[in-house]
Amino acid sequence: MLQLLWTVPALPAAGFVVLALLNRRLSRRAAALIGAGFVGLSAVVAMLIAVSFIASPPPGHAYHQVLWTWFDTGGLRPQIAFYLDAMSVIFILVITVVGFLIHLYSTEFMERDEGFTRFFMYMNLFVASMLVLVLADNLLLLYLGWEGVGLCSYLLIAFWQKDVKNVYAGRKAFIITRVGDTALIVGLFLLFTQLHTLEIQPLMAGAAKNWATGSGVAVAAAALLLGGAVGKSAQLPLQTWLPDAMAGPTPVSALIHAATMVTAGVYLIARTNVLFTLAPDVRLAVAIIGTVTLLYACFSALAQHDIKRVLAYSTMSQIGYMFLALGVAGWSAAIFHFMTHAFFKALLFLAAGVVIEALGGEHDIFKMGGLRRKLPVAFWAFIIGAASLSALPLITDGFYSKDLIIETSLGAVDGNAWLWLGALAGSLLTSIYAFRLVFVVFFGDQQTPVTLRPRWRMQLPLVVLSVLSVVGGLVWLPGWMGGFHPLETFLDTALPVTQTVASSFAYTGVSALLTSLVAVVGVALATVWLVESRAALKDFAARPTPHALQEFWLHGWGFDWLYEHVFVIPVKWFARVSRNDLVEPAVSGIAWLNVQAWRALSASQNGLLRVYIGVAGVGLAIIVAFVVLR
Amino acid sequence: MILLWYILIPAAAAPLAWLLSRSQPQVARWVAVGGTALPLALVTWQWVSEAGALRAAFTAHGPGAAGLVQGTWLAHVHAAWISPLGISFFLAEDGLTLIMLVLTFAMGLLAVIASWRGITERVGFFHFMILWTTAALAGVFLSLDLFLFYFFFEMMLIPMYFVIALWGHERRVYAAVKFFIFTQASGLLMLIAILALYFIHGRATGTYTFDFTQLLGTRMPSATAFLLMLGFFAAFAVKLPVFPLHTWLPDAHTEAPTAGSVILAGVLIKIGAYGMIRFMVPLFPQATFDFRTVAMILAVIGIIYGAVMAYAQRDLKRLVAYTSVSHMGFVLLGIFAWNTLALQGVVLQIVCHALSTGALFILVGTLQDRIHTRDMTKMGGLWAIAPRMGGTAMFFALASLGLPGLGNFVAEFLILLGTWQVSKWAAVLGALGLVFATVYALWMMQRAFQGEETHALRFHDLVPRETGMYAALIAALVVLGFYPQPLIATARQTVTAVQQITAGTPLSSQANVAAQLIVAAGETQAEAIVADRAPTDGER
Amino acid sequence: MAAVSLDHGLILAAILFVIGFVGLLTRRNLIVVLACIEIMLNAAGLAFVVAGARWGRADGQVMFLFVLAMAAAEVAVGLALAIRFRHSLGRLDVDDADEMKG
Repeated sequence: MLQLLWTVPALPAAGFVVLALLNRRLSRRAAALIGAGFVGLSAVVAMLIAVSFIASPPPGHAYHQVLWTWFDTGGLRPQIAFYLDAMSVIFILVITVVGFLIHLYSTEFMERDEGFTRFFMYMNLFVASMLVLVLADNLLLLYLGWEGVGLCSYLLIAFWQKDVKNVYAGRKAFIITRVGDTALIVGLFLLFTQLHTLEIQPLMAGAAKNWATGSGVAVAAAALLLGGAVGKSAQLPLQTWLPDAMAGPTPVSALIHAATMVTAGVYLIARTNVLFTLAPDVRLAVAIIGTVTLLYACFSALAQHDIKRVLAYSTMSQIGYMFLALGVAGWSAAIFHFMTHAFFKALLFLAAGVVIEALGGEHDIFKMGGLRRKLPVAFWAFIIGAASLSALPLITDGFYSKDLIIETSLGAVDGNAWLWLGALAGSLLTSIYAFRLVFVVFFGDQQTPVTLRPRWRMQLPLVVLSVLSVVGGLVWLPGWMGGFHPLETFLDTALPVTQTVASSFAYTGVSALLTSLVAVVGVALATVWLVESRAALKDFAARPTPHALQEFWLHGWGFDWLYEHVFVIPVKWFARVSRNDLVEPAVSGIAWLNVQAWRALSASQNGLLRVYIGVAGVGLAIIVAFVVLR
Repeated sequence: MILLWYILIPAAAAPLAWLLSRSQPQVARWVAVGGTALPLALVTWQWVSEAGALRAAFTAHGPGAAGLVQGTWLAHVHAAWISPLGISFFLAEDGLTLIMLVLTFAMGLLAVIASWRGITERVGFFHFMILWTTAALAGVFLSLDLFLFYFFFEMMLIPMYFVIALWGHERRVYAAVKFFIFTQASGLLMLIAILALYFIHGRATGTYTFDFTQLLGTRMPSATAFLLMLGFFAAFAVKLPVFPLHTWLPDAHTEAPTAGSVILAGVLIKIGAYGMIRFMVPLFPQATFDFRTVAMILAVIGIIYGAVMAYAQRDLKRLVAYTSVSHMGFVLLGIFAWNTLALQGVVLQIVCHALSTGALFILVGTLQDRIHTRDMTKMGGLWAIAPRMGGTAMFFALASLGLPGLGNFVAEFLILLGTWQVSKWAAVLGALGLVFATVYALWMMQRAFQGEETHALRFHDLVPRETGMYAALIAALVVLGFYPQPLIATARQTVTAVQQITAGTPLSSQANVAAQLIVAAGETQAEAIVADRAPTDGER
Repeated sequence: MAAVSLDHGLILAAILFVIGFVGLLTRRNLIVVLACIEIMLNAAGLAFVVAGARWGRADGQVMFLFVLAMAAAEVAVGLALAIRFRHSLGRLDVDDADEMKG
């Protein structure tokens, strides 16, 4: 069964090829069948492989499948080969299953758009690339998947390419992530030159053997990989592309910018965890970046009024949690949160898509309202998603994963109180903005009429994801609930076990209570502000300081403005100024000198006989003098 | 003997095309197809049949400058020509030459096909020029006698000048003259260097010869060697082109007709790279090493400046022309890094750049034929009008920016990896160039193909002939992206041989030697580590 | 008769040559130019004769005969050209013939 591993990425890739070649000739039905079908098949195979892997694990809990050698020169010999371990299993399950649900949803969501086939072509290519990324056994193949998802992200953000704003958003995403990719590729140079391989497992073993903890090489390598991860996962300081990426169709936002691509950075760090363990300073930086980003994103989310932008910042924030977990060596905890986040964030996005479509393309939450009776499925999906996002106790999967991270941020050997406080504060803010969204969109007076209702292909994924968002967390219960944690045991075969301080405050009942309380308090605050006294809130927000603060957070704390002025404008200026090539004046200068010399010499040929004779005479005299006097 | 055919077939087809087209212009096109397809078939046949020999020619334990000195060529022709002056008719072919010949004939064929509908006046004379260029190019790649090399080098200028000046666009005469003067002047500098080398060698050993294999290793004071190296470098730097000698390229590429641009970008500029690898560095390794820092600075400037320039252009074809400057910056970087990884990357980049940029030029050319403008401000939203063209343009734009999965990525990665082992900052800046490549490629797509249709343009999408052409190029790039090994294996002999020649000079790096030893040991150091033992001295 | 010393003869020849040359450069009338050329030729001839006298050989006088003959021929052609010149350009000003300028 495990030999079928290669079909998991190959099936969507085949889907891409078929759709690309037969593009015009396919009916919408056929394109939908092929697009969603190949991903669905891939999901089935992935599930079978997962079952086989769990039931009878291969030796060393890892399976290696080589397809062919990519190339072989100068000691570099990457192969097109796949490596499956517990972490990969989780990832491929999430990617294919959630991917399939989103594809199914898209067959209805995109049914009225032109370029239907093109959409599924890109989506299939994306799923294939993401699978290659997580299954790659060497960093170069991982980089191929990495750039592949970046490409598909660009293509899909700019999908409605008649509107230049969408194209610009796609370009922005690609360029910013490419900056991170530059760091990643330099990291590959470093790793290969030092350890003579790019295969991940030998690389990790080699680093562990040859590099001292805290050595310059380890720090450099880890920092470079972190640079790449930060770009792809939209963490500070390369986060500005994610909110703008919401210009793409909602299924794209759900799949790429919530569940999968943006978590590629998390995957990378988890996969190369040895390097980060060898560079504790960099690991601390990961935790700090995660914490700062999650707080940054929470505040920004509070101020947004585009429903998708709220969710975009929310994603940024939740990935911050994952980075925080990675930073304190909570490797498995980060993966757990990745899984639960994929469920509830995809759910939220898809539900948001239902709302947007129903209102004829309206994105502004303040033009929505009162939809809870008109769109019941979307309403309940949203409630479950928001609850999970806020990590409401016991009944949501977010509770189990997020609280695990909050615990670990204090209780791990590398944990500290500041990180814990940051995570808690983030949790409070998350509940507030999540339920702000719920109350503004679904409660209150209806501003825009409902013109379209979702049918089964959009409703079924919502239902499935809702169920997953509720029960998905039950695979890893906290210690005080009984210690049923098959997921942890499973992931421990692939990732190092987190070292914790058993006596830490984080593992007491008080801490658990505090964490749950924070979430509930957030919901309560949101209720008070947005349901009970909306008018008072509006007045408060209109006052100068709160208003200025809101504008500041709305524009992502001014990062766009900063980058525009520091990078974009100088480059554009330089390009404009040197458009006709800076070196050109030198070349035309030589040509001009030539012309001047020609003019001067021409002037000496004035046609007058006497002048010619005179010059000849003078010359003769000089020559004779030369000969005679030498 | 087969080497003579490579030159003679296009050379004979050239006047034939011209003469036979007096009555029927279409005949010229078919003669030209034959004149390029036939040698292409020959060289492909030779490649396939010599594959085994190529693999055998490479052994890791020092074949002793295999190929270049001991004469283990795939094929060679050595006849006396002007013996009193030491000039011989010496043609020779090894792996790299084979690849360049394939490229020459393929690009020639592509140029002919691409101008099937584009060239309508003086068709016979046009194909005469194209075939003459192809013959001269084949001669350049095959010659090992320096005089003969210079002969063919200059010879290919003249038909190219005519192609640009007679069938080009608005500023064609200016561009053609500029191209000619730049290349000719730098060629003269190379001639001086060749002659100086001739005389120095003659005085030292008593044999006056232009034969490259005998001129290798001529002793001379390092200052002289440096000057002579600069003479060669001047000619190849103008060809490549290297910043700041690149200003001829945007004009020549933009004003040339499509076929001219394809041959210019696809083959002509690669002569710069070829000349450096084949002649300049083996002849003057110490001087090359001394010049390395300057060259790498120029290369990095070329990469980034070329990319920013591309982004700044309004003329679509000029944009593509500047991308050539940027990509060739990578090539220069790789050549001066001078290790296996970088040189293999250079060879791969030569091929992949020809394919992707050639395709882009053809695309822009056919677009110009349809809408009669190259000004991007007059375009916009063309994808909706011609989706197949849009998709194809997107593909080649992605190749240009080095997307993994296509050959260009492997090439640029190998070059940068090789450069890293010599100069970390150059590799980092070169990698940064990839970001700028993204900027111009996506800008090109946005401005021309995406967005709204602002000008009411109507034209037809790609016809089957064009689709077939692009499909072949797309397939080639994808295959090279996932399985470039055949190309690498073919070039391996040359790459090893040229490094053997320069072994013992500061140019050969420790990492290089180590890498070769590792391959020789048949087991990577990493594998040794995983097998849970320290790497032995033989593997270190 | 006392022999004229070589130096004196050559000096006279030189002076005559320079007079002819300067006249050639400054005068614009074509006939005068031809006359100046005659002066220069005769100066050269004088130099030949004086040199021949110095060495006591007849070669100098023979050369002078050559010069005379050549001068006569040249004057004939020159005057014919002068007539054509006057015919085409209207006057005999040497500066009028400047169409070969760059």
